[in-house]
Amino acid sequence: MRLIRYGFRRHATYWAAALAGAFTNTVFGILQAYVLIALWSTRPGLGGYDLADAVTFCFLAQAYIGPMQVFGGGLDLPERVRSGDVALDLARPASLQLWYLSEDLGRAAYLVIARSVPPTLVGALVFGIAPPAGPGTWAAFPVSVALAVLVSFGWRYLVALASFWVLDDRGLAIVSLIMTTFFSGLMLPLVIFPGWLGELARALPWAAMVQVPADVYLGTTSIGGALAFQAFWALVLLGLGAFVTAAARRKLVIQGG
Amino acid sequence: MIEAEGLGRTFKVRGSLVHAVRDLSFTVEAGEFVGCLGPNGAGKSTTIKMLTGILAPTTGRLRVAGFDPTRRRTALARRIGVVFGQRTTLWWDLPLKDSFELVRLLYKVDRVTFRRRLDELCEVLDLSHFLRTPVRQLSLGQRMRGEVAAALLHDPPLLILDEPTIGLDVVSKAGVRDFLGALNAERGTTVLLTTHDLGDVERLCRRVVLIDHGRLAFDGTVTQLRALVPGEVTIEDAVARLYLSSRPDPRTRHPRPAPDPPSVTA
Repeated sequence: MRLIRYGFRRHATYWAAALAGAFTNTVFGILQAYVLIALWSTRPGLGGYDLADAVTFCFLAQAYIGPMQVFGGGLDLPERVRSGDVALDLARPASLQLWYLSEDLGRAAYLVIARSVPPTLVGALVFGIAPPAGPGTWAAFPVSVALAVLVSFGWRYLVALASFWVLDDRGLAIVSLIMTTFFSGLMLPLVIFPGWLGELARALPWAAMVQVPADVYLGTTSIGGALAFQAFWALVLLGLGAFVTAAARRKLVIQGG
Repeated sequence: MIEAEGLGRTFKVRGSLVHAVRDLSFTVEAGEFVGCLGPNGAGKSTTIKMLTGILAPTTGRLRVAGFDPTRRRTALARRIGVVFGQRTTLWWDLPLKDSFELVRLLYKVDRVTFRRRLDELCEVLDLSHFLRTPVRQLSLGQRMRGEVAAALLHDPPLLILDEPTIGLDVVSKAGVRDFLGALNAERGTTVLLTTHDLGDVERLCRRVVLIDHGRLAFDGTVTQLRALVPGEVTIEDAVARLYLSSRPDPRTRHPRPAPDPPSVTA
C-alpha cells in the first residue's frame, strides 16, 4: 500500500526530531561502547563475543532504537481511541491492522535512514566496527531488520489495542518499555545473560528486535535459524493482533459522540 | 438503500446497561434525502455508526447498500461516503491533493475516473485554490468542502453525513447545502444527514426522521412535522415541542406520529 510512503513522508516532516534522536543514539553508542570495552577487557570472549563484536553490537543496538521503536509507541491508535477518531479509521475500506502496519513500515523506513545510518557510521569511524562478513550476511541482514520491524509492530500494536479496554494506556506503555529495553538486548547483549534467564530472554519475542538482527550482522548465529525465529514471532504477534482486533471491534465504544 | 429493523444498541456504563438505541426501524429508498434529528444524546450518532459498520448493533437486522454493515464493513465502505462534521478524515500534515490521492488508492478508483471526478468536485466545491495547502492550514469551511469531496471521490450511491454544517459560517453553510441538494437532485445520490441546524432540514430534506431516547419519535415530511403542533409555528417550535414533550417519560407522553407518513415501517 502507498500508505507506507505516507508514513515515510509524515515522519520526514519531523526531521529535527530524527536528527536529535540520531545524535543521542550516537552519543549513547559511544558511552556504552566504553562500558562494554571495559567489560570485555576483564572477561574476554564473554558470551561468545570478542571485543570488536561487543562494540559492533552496541552501535547496532543504538541503530535499531529508531526503526524498531524500542522505547515503545509510534502508533496513533491509543490517541485515536481516546479521542474517538478511530471511528474514521473504521469507516475506511481497509483492515485496521494493515492500515497501521503500512504507516508503521513507512515510519521505520524513514528512521533507518535518519536514525540508524548516522550512529553506525560514527561507530565505524571512531571504533572501527566490522562490516558484515560475506554476501550471505549482506543479503540476510536487511531481511532480518525488516522482520524485526514486523515483530516490533506486532508487539506495539497489541499494546496499543489495549487502549480499547483501559482508559489510560500509559501504565501499560511503561511496562512495555521496560520489557522491551531489557529483553531486546538494548541494555546489555542477551548473550551474556546467565543460565535460565539467558535461555528465556533469547526465546522471547523482544530478542527478535535487537539481539537477533545484531547476531545476523555479526555472523554469530545460524542465519536460517535466526530468520525463522523472527518470522515465527512476527506471525504469532500479527495473528494475535488480528484476533484481538476482532474482539476490540465488538467491544468498541466511540468516545466523544 | 437502508433497511433497519428492530435495531438496538446497548452500552455498559459502570456496570449498568444503557440503551443508546432501541427497537429502531426505518427504511430509506434510493434517491431520498433524509434528515435525522434528535436532541443531544438521543442516539443519532450511535445509529450512524451502526449504519456505517463502525459499531455492531446488539439487536435487530440491518442492511445498507445491500450489505450487513458489521460483517462486510470494508465492502460497505466502498459503497458509501461518510462525513463526520466534528472529525477529519483528511491527512493533517499533507496537502489536500495528496489526501485525495490516498483516498483514490484506498478506494481503488482508477486514474481517469479520479481525474474527471476531482475536476468536477473542484469546480462545484471551489477547491482549486487550496488544493496544495496542507490540511492543518485550511479554514473550517475549506476543510469541510474538502471532507465532502473526499467522501465522494469514489462516487458512492449513498452519502452519510453527521453534522456536516456544524461551526460553519452562513456563506460556507449555504455552499455545502447547495452542493448536497444538487448532488441528490442531479446524480440521484441518496443522502442521510444528522444535524441540529433546522435550516439544513428545511432547505434540503424532503423527509425527517426524529430519534429520541433511542427510539423513532417521528418519520414524515417537514410539513407533517410542522402540523404536529397546532397554529402557525416555525419548524424550530415544532421540534422544540417534540423534544420537550418526550422528556419526562418517553413511554407515556410520546408524541403521536403523523397520521400517514410516507414510508414509516415502525
